[in-house]
Amino acid sequence: MTGAKTAEVSANPTGKAASSAPAHARPRAVGPRRSRLRYAGTVALFLLPSAIPLTLFTLIPMAGSLWTSLHEWNLITPMRWVGLDNYVELLGEDRTLAAFGHTLYFIAGYLPLVYAGGFGLALLLNRAMRGRNVLRAIYFLPVVTSWVVVALMWKWLLNPASGVVNWLIGLVGLEGPGWWTDPNWAMPSIILASAWKDLGFVMIILLAGLQAIPQEYRDAARVDGATGFKSFRYITLPLLSPSTFFVVVISLINGFQVFDQVHVMTGGGPAGATTVVVEQIYDLTFRYGRAGAASALSWLLFAVILIVTLIQIRAQRRWVNYG
Amino acid sequence: MKRTTKAAAALLTAVLATACAQGSATRDTGTAPDGKVTLRYFTFSAAPDHVADLDTIVAAFEKENPKIDVVVETAPYADYFTKLQTSIAGNTAPDTFELNYENFVTYASAGSLLDLGTAAAGDDYQPSVYAAESLKAFTHGGKQFALPASFSTVVLFYNKSLFDAAGLPAPTADWTWAEEKAAAAKLTDKKKGVYGDFQPVQFFEFYKTLKQAGGEFLTADGKKTAFNSPEGVKAATWLVDKVGNTMPTEAEIGGTADYDTNLFKSGKLAMWHNGIWQFAGMADAPFEWDVVVEPGDQTKASAVFHNAIAASATTKHPAEAWAWSRFLTSSQTAATTRIKASWELPPISDQATLAGYLDNTAKPANRQAVFDSLKSIALPPVIARQQEMQDAMTEELSNAAAGRKSVQQALTDAAATIDGLLG
Repeated sequence: MTGAKTAEVSANPTGKAASSAPAHARPRAVGPRRSRLRYAGTVALFLLPSAIPLTLFTLIPMAGSLWTSLHEWNLITPMRWVGLDNYVELLGEDRTLAAFGHTLYFIAGYLPLVYAGGFGLALLLNRAMRGRNVLRAIYFLPVVTSWVVVALMWKWLLNPASGVVNWLIGLVGLEGPGWWTDPNWAMPSIILASAWKDLGFVMIILLAGLQAIPQEYRDAARVDGATGFKSFRYITLPLLSPSTFFVVVISLINGFQVFDQVHVMTGGGPAGATTVVVEQIYDLTFRYGRAGAASALSWLLFAVILIVTLIQIRAQRRWVNYG
Repeated sequence: MKRTTKAAAALLTAVLATACAQGSATRDTGTAPDGKVTLRYFTFSAAPDHVADLDTIVAAFEKENPKIDVVVETAPYADYFTKLQTSIAGNTAPDTFELNYENFVTYASAGSLLDLGTAAAGDDYQPSVYAAESLKAFTHGGKQFALPASFSTVVLFYNKSLFDAAGLPAPTADWTWAEEKAAAAKLTDKKKGVYGDFQPVQFFEFYKTLKQAGGEFLTADGKKTAFNSPEGVKAATWLVDKVGNTMPTEAEIGGTADYDTNLFKSGKLAMWHNGIWQFAGMADAPFEWDVVVEPGDQTKASAVFHNAIAASATTKHPAEAWAWSRFLTSSQTAATTRIKASWELPPISDQATLAGYLDNTAKPANRQAVFDSLKSIALPPVIARQQEMQDAMTEELSNAAAGRKSVQQALTDAAATIDGLLG
């Protein structure tokens, strides 16, 4: 019995043919009710380890923040019911719109940069070359490094007065910008640091995608006369599209939730130029004692991310190729 | 199969049991089996320069009260209130904690503080040990919700060695902005990285310089701003004009923590507007330095900061919390420890003990300036949306300092934002 079940639930090692395999395989048992119940119990038991933390640390806090968003609360006084006032107030505040604007600015700069950079690295490191694995590990290091460390490092590198970057720019006789102390350069500074840190993540996902493309396809294309760019355009890109889709969805969600690097590098400044939505949520809660409004803003952000993600999932039919 | 399931279930139960046990450990009431009470105290003013001084006071208190074990927790000022709020919201508030005057009203009116009057009943407590005004500042609705612990003022620090080297007379109590400006210009030597002056461009400096210029921050009824005035422009210009001339710019400072403290300590800053809490940290600076009352314009006005000790309304040890708050704020040990270490000033009524502050031979020599600065003080405007007001003011002043806006435009915009917060 054990053997049979293992076979049923074991994952397809390549994951590629997942759609053709019955992923939702049901037990063959059509026997008495009791045995089906016992099977459900076993499944529930195995789900528990992930269901418990999900409930404790995601679902319950989410319900709590929804409840908080309907109240006025400064964390130390008892909550006061205000209904939808927080939402109405937020939608009427200029800085809410500004925060979403800054977030979109971040995404617009970050997403192309991290994708292009990560893809370039993946293509480079997909080739047979010496030290390939070491390089892959090195490019992945920033991904597993704490954001605080990375943000502080970039803050030093981009220090307008004593940073290495402006020193280098000075060597060629130019004057470097004020980076994160200048409202016009603060967001580009954060984008640069963010793209640098996440390059490795995009690289690894796309590298895995590249390696899953069977060599036969390329060989077949070559036989048909497609070389270089054409092979890349008509073989690599379409077959890589599931990985691309994954990277874009994840990066976009991360982009909307950008916070750590902003908080450490600029704290939302200068002159509010980098106050992204989550930074605004933080300020509302911990600086301005408006935890209710902050919770409401969290739900507005949730709604925006949900809509954008749904649109992406809809649109994927047009361009994502699951082979 | 069956065995595996059971084993997994047992393991899961064990993990959960451990997790729950750990969770409940933090809800300890703080009473050990031997009847010894653990009392938590949270402070922002002790670290980093005065942790040892606080330890001295704690040791003296524990000697007198062997059944109480005081546990000190510190946080830098910038993070302190975030942590305090969160701990109160999470029902893990420290038994006793430090509060400044600007935040006291918020916590008292929120019902977060223990009424110390009740805790003091039946004790030999004498309110007269405190300076009457200080004690009164920490009452709310007629109840004593905190005990004044310390106060401090802002003075003008100056590097006497730099003045001497330039052949300039040292600042005196008669100085006005004009003398400060002239000296700062002469002492600035950017090639050597030496600056003449440092005064932070932010809310706290602005409300004070505004008063020095003869202006008011809010109208008399407190319902509108009044700083967008000729005096306001003069005060803001005074602060903003230093930036890039006699003081480093924001880009040059580059967000470095304690930039001004280190600049002064390294002997590269001639004049520095800062608080008397910096005395101990500057004690071993390798040059001659002293302080004077800040130069004024139309009038003198010095900023005063006032800290107090409060107990949490939810503490399980009100009697012990009271005993500790009282000891920390008014005992002879606490007062003399503070004075000896130049750890701000104790708000006590005993003039003989206070006089010890002047007799202290540690730098600065002109300690009289600290008492003189109290003769004409400027208190910060306090409104319900305090932090938003402070942030808006600081942001607009920074805009003017960086040349992104004219001083007049910055004040007009700040007034519009703050009027919105008041309305």
